[in-house]
Amino acid sequence: MKERYDVIVVGAGPGGSMTAKTAAKEGLDVLLIEKRQQIGDPVRCAEGVNKVYLKEYIEPDPAWISAEVKGSKVYSPDGTMVEMSEELSGAEVGYVLERKVFDRALAREAALAGVEVMVKTRATGLLMEDGFVKGIKAEYMGKQYEIMADIVVGADGIESKVGRWAGIDTTLKPRDMCTCAQYLMTNIDIDPDFCKFYLGNKIAPVGYVWIFPKGRNTANVGIGITGHMSGEVRALELLDEFINKHYPDGKKIEMVVGGVPVCGSIARTVSNGLMLVGDAARQSDPVTGGGIFNSMWAGDIAGKVAANAIRRSDVSAESLQEYEKKWRVELGRDLDMGMVVKERFTRMTDDELNTLAHSLEGVDLGSTTLIGLVWALFKANKKLLWDLRSIFIGIKEIESEVKKEVYT
Amino acid sequence: MTVSVERSKCGYCGACVSVCPTGALELMETWIEVSESCNDCRICVKICPVGALEVCR
Ligand SMILES: Cc1cc2nc3c(=O)[nH]c(=O)nc-3n(C[C@H](O)[C@H](O)[C@H](O)COP(=O)(O)OP(=O)(O)OC[C@H]3O[C@@H](n4cnc5c(N)ncnc54)[C@H](O)[C@@H]3O)c2cc1C
Ligand code: SF4
Ligand code: SF4
Repeated sequence: MKERYDVIVVGAGPGGSMTAKTAAKEGLDVLLIEKRQQIGDPVRCAEGVNKVYLKEYIEPDPAWISAEVKGSKVYSPDGTMVEMSEELSGAEVGYVLERKVFDRALAREAALAGVEVMVKTRATGLLMEDGFVKGIKAEYMGKQYEIMADIVVGADGIESKVGRWAGIDTTLKPRDMCTCAQYLMTNIDIDPDFCKFYLGNKIAPVGYVWIFPKGRNTANVGIGITGHMSGEVRALELLDEFINKHYPDGKKIEMVVGGVPVCGSIARTVSNGLMLVGDAARQSDPVTGGGIFNSMWAGDIAGKVAANAIRRSDVSAESLQEYEKKWRVELGRDLDMGMVVKERFTRMTDDELNTLAHSLEGVDLGSTTLIGLVWALFKANKKLLWDLRSIFIGIKEIESEVKKEVYT
Repeated sequence: MTVSVERSKCGYCGACVSVCPTGALELMETWIEVSESCNDCRICVKICPVGALEVCR
């Protein structure tokens, strides 16, 4: 460990490793620290990711691909199935990863790009000077260290403290987080080609159960419920109930618990000498809870912006607005749209969910973009989803259709 | 008053840390530590997916 670096990245999840790798490739001197002794373990994830998007950032490797899927099947409370697949021709659209191996592969790529990596090293605070973040305080094997950097990137996941230390309040309200439990189960009968989702307020109040295949007779079987529904009943109890009913002979070979931010875009993700990335920046999708790809995508931007800012010799919040602007243009819009959709679905009764599922019979839900999918849902049942109409305004792909469907 | 963690239940996921309004919780590596700034709001108790947290007197 040196006394100073160009960039210190806190947290070696997909967001942190991607940030570090990109920054190193841009020629910066980078330190990546991770408080766990094993990167990627324990897993806090259902491991589903869009294959096409992922390929833009990493060469697929069978070592971390557990299964490939063709699409999703969603079951409404009365058991009506709605299928979503990109190409009904049968092309596979998604991977179910082996995150323990995947996260490590990303960290290795960062290391090979020149990043210095330290595990079992926890950031405990920030070094501040004249309102600028100047580095971190860290603990490694019982000793305290102060390490300087021009830019600190907080990629420290759901439990992020880096933002808070810099005065960015990232505290989640219970209704803005999804509390989850999952088992890796085997000896169960699954459809190896599809991810499955079960909706219903009895099964998962304001949430859903998921089944993501991971090879023969094996799958991640999990549940997520919105935090404000938790307390009287808990994610783990509800999951056990579901499993007792659906998979009485299933065997549990791993337990996973965790939380996902589902709060939409937060007000600020940069300050002087600091950027937040991934779950720490609350960039996960409020509808699906997916955050693997988002964190990598944002990390790549943050790595490039770090290099630009250091070249300009200006790491102020104004200079780092470049990151803020870039990620908001694309992802910020999706997150905010996702919030409108989430709020509407949060209020849906089981009867309404069933009605919606029935109205989708025979409808092609091939789109992989959220807006495309929601638009198809909207067209199928305008009465039920009328509250969503505002989100379609100004979306280029569907502009002429929106005029016809919403304004006539 | 403060919060106690039942370590044999906790899955060290950090979900409780993200909702704590006073920053009283910290996920070390495989355990949760509670600092004095806890104001007994019970939000963490509510959202823990396994019910590992309790308010103790
Ligand atoms: C049950 C569950 C299911 C999910 N399913 C999916 C899914 O199917 N698909 C999907 O895309 N997403 C899913 N997600 C979300 C996904 O796991 C996250 O969005 C993703 O891991 C975010 O990556 P990240 O790099 O931002 O944070 P993380 O992967 O959480 O990494 C943060 C890292 O920072 C470290 N860290 C924290 N504090 C410090 C510190 N002070 N010092 C040093 N290191 C620190 C942590 O130990 C951790 O390794 C799921 C989440 C949960 C909980
Ligand atoms: S939310 Fe519960 S299981 Fe997760 S770290 Fe906190 S106490 Fe442990
Ligand atoms: S009771 Fe409230 S203040 Fe205390 S640790 Fe839990 S969330 Fe934080």
